[in-house]
Amino acid sequence: METTYGSIRGASGKIAYVFEYAGGVFELMGRALKLVVRGKMAGAMERKAIIEQIESIAIRSLSIVVLTAIFSSMVMTVQFAVQLARFGAKEYVGNVVSLSLVRELGPVLTALMVGGRVGAGISAELGSMNVTEQIDALRSMGADPIQKLVVPRILATTLMLPLLTTLANALGVAGAMLTARLDSGVHLSYFYHSILQAVTVQDFVGGLIKTLLFGFVLSAIACYQGLITRGGTQGVGRSTTQTVVITSVVTLISDFVFTKVLLEFGM
Amino acid sequence: MDAPFIEFRDVKKAFGERSIYDGLSLSVRRGETLTIVGGSGSGKSVLLKMLIGLLKPDSGAILFDGVDVARASEEELLPVRRRISMLFQGGALFDSMSVSGNIAYPLRVQGLLGEDAIAARVGEVLSEVGLSGSEALSPDELSGGMKKRVALARAIASKPEVVLYDEPTTGLDPITTRRIVELISAIHERAKTTAIVVTHDLASAFFVSSRVAMLSERRTSMVLPVEEFRRSSDPAIREFISAMPMAEVAP
Ligand SMILES: Nc1ncnc2c1ncn2[C@@H]1O[C@H](COP(=O)(O)OP(=O)(O)OP(=O)(O)O)[C@@H](O)[C@H]1O
Ligand SMILES: [Mg+2]
Repeated sequence: METTYGSIRGASGKIAYVFEYAGGVFELMGRALKLVVRGKMAGAMERKAIIEQIESIAIRSLSIVVLTAIFSSMVMTVQFAVQLARFGAKEYVGNVVSLSLVRELGPVLTALMVGGRVGAGISAELGSMNVTEQIDALRSMGADPIQKLVVPRILATTLMLPLLTTLANALGVAGAMLTARLDSGVHLSYFYHSILQAVTVQDFVGGLIKTLLFGFVLSAIACYQGLITRGGTQGVGRSTTQTVVITSVVTLISDFVFTKVLLEFGM
Repeated sequence: MDAPFIEFRDVKKAFGERSIYDGLSLSVRRGETLTIVGGSGSGKSVLLKMLIGLLKPDSGAILFDGVDVARASEEELLPVRRRISMLFQGGALFDSMSVSGNIAYPLRVQGLLGEDAIAARVGEVLSEVGLSGSEALSPDELSGGMKKRVALARAIASKPEVVLYDEPTTGLDPITTRRIVELISAIHERAKTTAIVVTHDLASAFFVSSRVAMLSERRTSMVLPVEEFRRSSDPAIREFISAMPMAEVAP
C-alpha cells in the first residue's frame, strides 16, 4: 500500500514538474518573441550580443556538425547500397540517401548535435551567471536578462541551425557520392542526377523549416534551464546534463510532430 | 522632519520553512550612511536585495522615495534600479567581459553617455579605486581584492543616488580597506549620496556611517547613532563590539 501510494505520488509529482517546466519554457518563448516584435532587439548592445552569440555557436558546433554529417551519410550509403543490391537496385542509392539526408537526417542530427553542444554551453553559461549572482547584478542595473542574455542566444541559434543544416546536407551528399563511387561503383554523374530527380525544393525547404523550429525550441529550453539553475557549481553541472537530455528528447518527439504537420502542407 | 527616503515597514520574509525576517522595520534618511551589522546568515544581503526588488518580501512594505518596491512589477522597478546601485557581496562581475566592459555596462544600459564619455568615466572610477590601467584585464585575471574594487567601481560608475555596499572591505588588506573606506565616505560627502553599508568591520562602519543598525532575532533590534552605538552598554552590542578587535582602533 505504502509503496504504491508513494510511487503514485512520485509519478504525479514528476508529471506536475514536466508541466511546470514546459509552462516555463513556453512563457520564456513568449517573452522572447514579444521583445523581438516590439523592436527591443535592435539596439547597439543587443546587436553586438547577437553577433557574439552567432560567432560562439559557429565555433562550438562547426566541427561536430561536419563530422556527424559526413560519417553518418557515408555509413548510410554503405548500408543502403548493400540492401538495394539484393533487389538489383543499387543505382537508386543516390535517391534514397539524398532524400533521407535532406528531409530527416540532416535536420535531426544537426539539431541533436547543436542541442548537445550549444545547448549545454548556453545552460552552463547562464547557470553559472545565475549562481554567481551575475544575473541579479544585471537586473539590479535595470537591465532585463531576457533581453540581454536570452533573446540573443535564441535568435542566434534559430538563425544558425538552418545554416548549419544546409552545410551538413551539402557535405553529407558529397560524402555519400564519394562513398557510393568508391564502395559500390556508382558513377558521380549518375548519383548527381538521381539527387536532382529525387530531391525537390519542397523537401529541402521542409527540412529547413523544421530546423528553424528546432533551433527556437532547443535554445529556449537551454536558456530556461540556465535561468532555473540553483545550487552552486554542482547545480551548473546537473543543469548542463539535463539540457542535453531534454533537448534530445524534445528534438526527437517534435521531429515526429513537425514532420506530420509539414506533410499536411505538402512539404 | 520629512518622510524617510527609504523605509522598511513590518517586513516578513521566509525561505520555505525558514523565517529570515519577522517584522523588520527600518528607515534611512536622504543623504545619510547607515551601517547594518549582524551575524552571518542573519539576512543582511537579503535586506539589500529586497530593497531593489531582487527578492520579494512575503508581507509588509518597502518604500523607496514613495514607491512600494515590494509591490512593484519588474517594469516599475526599472526607474528605482537606475537610482540605486548595489555592490554585491561576491562582486558578481560579468566574467564574459573585461574590467572596462563591466564598469561600462550600467552606463550603456542607461544610455545617457556616448562611448567616449563612458571610456573617460571608466578610467576615472578605476583610478578612484586604485586600479588605473587595468581596463583590458578579464575578471579571472584579478585577485579577490581587485575583483571587489572593480565591483565597487562598477557600482559607483553611474553616480547613483543610493549605493548599497554588501561587505565592501571583506577580504582586503588593511591599506586597501582604508582606501576603500575613505573612498566611500568621499563619494558620500561629494555627491550627497545615500548609502547602506553591510559590514563586519566595525572600524570601517564607525568611520563611514552616521548610524548603525544591528540585526538580531529576525528584525533590526537597535538603530543608534555611531557615538551611542560605540558607548552603548547593551549586552548584545557589547558582545558584538568585543568580538571585533578592529573596533578599538577606530579613528
Ligand atoms: N535566494 C535564496 N533562497 C533561499 N534561501 C536564501 C536565499 N537567499 C538567502 N537565503 C538564506 O537566507 C539567510 C540569510 O542570508 P543572507 O545572505 O542575507 O545572510 P547574510 O546576513 O548576508 O550573511 P553573511 O554575513 O554570511 O553574508 C541564509 O540562511 C540563506 O541561506
Ligand atoms: Mg551577505
